[in-house]
Amino acid sequence: MAKYLIKRIFYLLLTLFIVITVTFFMMKLLPGTPLTNQQKLSPAQQHLILKQYGLTKPVWQQYLIYVAGVFHGNFGTSFQFSDQPVSYLISSRIGPSLLLGAQAMILGVIPGILVGALGAIKKNTWVDSTTTIVSILGISIPSFVLAVLLQYYIGLKLGWLPIADWGGFAYTILPTIALAASPFADTARFIRTEMVDVLNSDYIELAKAKGLSKWGVIYHHALRNSLIPVVTIIGPLAVNIMTGSMVIENIFSVPGIGEQFVKSILTNDYPTIMAVTIVYSLMLMVVLLITDIVYGIIDPRIRITNTSK
Amino acid sequence: MADEVKLPADAFEPLDKSKHLDSEKISAPNLTFMQDAWRRLKKNKGAIIAMTLLIIFFVMAFGSAFISPHNPNAVNPQYANLPPKWPGVGINGFNGTLVQAGSRVDAYKAAGAASSVHYWLGTDYLGRDLLSRILYGTRISLTVAVVATLVDLLFGVTFGLFSGWKGGRIDNFMQRIIEIIMSIPTLVVVVLLILVLKPGMMSITIAIAFSSWTTMARLIRAQTLELKEQEYVLAAKTLGESSIKIAFKHLLPNLSSIIIIQTMFTIPSAIFFEAFLSYVGIGISSPKASLGTLLNDGQKNFQFLPYQMWYPAIVLSIIMIAFNVFADGLRDAFDPQSKG
Repeated sequence: MAKYLIKRIFYLLLTLFIVITVTFFMMKLLPGTPLTNQQKLSPAQQHLILKQYGLTKPVWQQYLIYVAGVFHGNFGTSFQFSDQPVSYLISSRIGPSLLLGAQAMILGVIPGILVGALGAIKKNTWVDSTTTIVSILGISIPSFVLAVLLQYYIGLKLGWLPIADWGGFAYTILPTIALAASPFADTARFIRTEMVDVLNSDYIELAKAKGLSKWGVIYHHALRNSLIPVVTIIGPLAVNIMTGSMVIENIFSVPGIGEQFVKSILTNDYPTIMAVTIVYSLMLMVVLLITDIVYGIIDPRIRITNTSK
Repeated sequence: MADEVKLPADAFEPLDKSKHLDSEKISAPNLTFMQDAWRRLKKNKGAIIAMTLLIIFFVMAFGSAFISPHNPNAVNPQYANLPPKWPGVGINGFNGTLVQAGSRVDAYKAAGAASSVHYWLGTDYLGRDLLSRILYGTRISLTVAVVATLVDLLFGVTFGLFSGWKGGRIDNFMQRIIEIIMSIPTLVVVVLLILVLKPGMMSITIAIAFSSWTTMARLIRAQTLELKEQEYVLAAKTLGESSIKIAFKHLLPNLSSIIIIQTMFTIPSAIFFEAFLSYVGIGISSPKASLGTLLNDGQKNFQFLPYQMWYPAIVLSIIMIAFNVFADGLRDAFDPQSKG
């Protein structure tokens, strides 16, 4: 276990290092400087500004400085908001994103499990068809379309909830629903197929033959065994929510890092783009690592040490 | 037990040999793998409806390159923001009227349009025909998605086959590469690539292809690992067949169902990505249009001219639903034992 963990953390750091390197050199390929009114500035002034951003040194030195900085939590200075360190931009904005993400994960996964299980138990009835249709719709309708519709009909027409901005719990409801739709549908589909499989297995037959009640079988044997693999889709769901958050945060004007990312892309704020890329990758890698470890712990059939193949 | 039955020879009547030759034969015709899958697919009503819808959308989207009610890029400021109007239909929403400041007005009259002028799905803020724009946008969206998927398929299948076939250290190394790519959020990769390659159809296609091949490669590798242990592969090897030939003649045909199913699931996610990027503003740039840019344009006027967003949204959703349902049906048809 300890050996596995060390190996995984080593790969995590290696991947992080590759991400940093690739993003750094990709950004260096791009044109664009922190100078806004380039024509009006004298060469000496330009040089001063570039020097302030550390852009006068050779690229390899900039790279080393950047890598060293990243591991100290220093991501440079934003091009867009002058004098704002990128690390401050991110740390002040990560809260809303994490909150929304966590809420969306809970709102997506738990109802998804219930709906998926219901579909499997009532297989080939109208309940099953309804849950299947709902999950296909959830997968197919883009989150940003859903977000705009929610915002217009529930926020504006009915006036039940605030249409945008960030203030309290009420402000988080609509973005959370919009973000949760696709994880919900994914989970429901996943649980349904898992559970149909489990319900056909021999130990369910045995449990039934022992004379356990129908719901006893479903709860103690079927549901518990179908829940274990759900851990494996947490990673992809997290990616899903991260992707969604970029546009959902924009639509609902949530001051999160997704919104910041889009803004930085549209304004060529390279230091911020790089930083958000690294933060996103790190978050995903940590989620993947945790889910792998949790999976090994809760499922006795999987032994982490035997994962060589 | 004791009494013996004696039968004279003429109690037997010889049968016509030619008639009963086939009595032992199994009567169902031999079906190839594809025919078998098609037979199962036909039973799935949802999948057939989805397939029909997809064919209709493809024909309309690509046919509109030749026959289109209007030029999708023709700007006509005089007729800007006209709501849908169908000749001879009086229902609100299709008669060219709009609710403005609490009362219904005939937008066509207000724009001074002749009574013969009608736009089936209305016009956008520059007076471009929305129906033509949607057909055009669907064409771009589908092209990007299909091309990206083909590139992804080519690369993913090759990578997976090679990795699985070689095994050992090479496989290990190639799997590490995939793991690294997979632990970077797809969207981030796509955005970085688009920034470097400059927004446009080409870069968006490359970016989507580049970031989605890993799943295909993993599936193909896992299956190749299994297939290469099969007797027929061993036989081919023993007979001195080259690796490339084994890959084409033995492995690929056996991988075809996985490839087809995975392709059908990749296309809708590529459509989604394209729409997403164009919606955010880093995808297709004007005057080109895709479903994503149309949604983005429509969303700005959603409060007053809801039809400008509703129609692209409906088209996008139907295409996504159809692809997902069809892919589900294909999976069941190709692999009846699969989960689901």
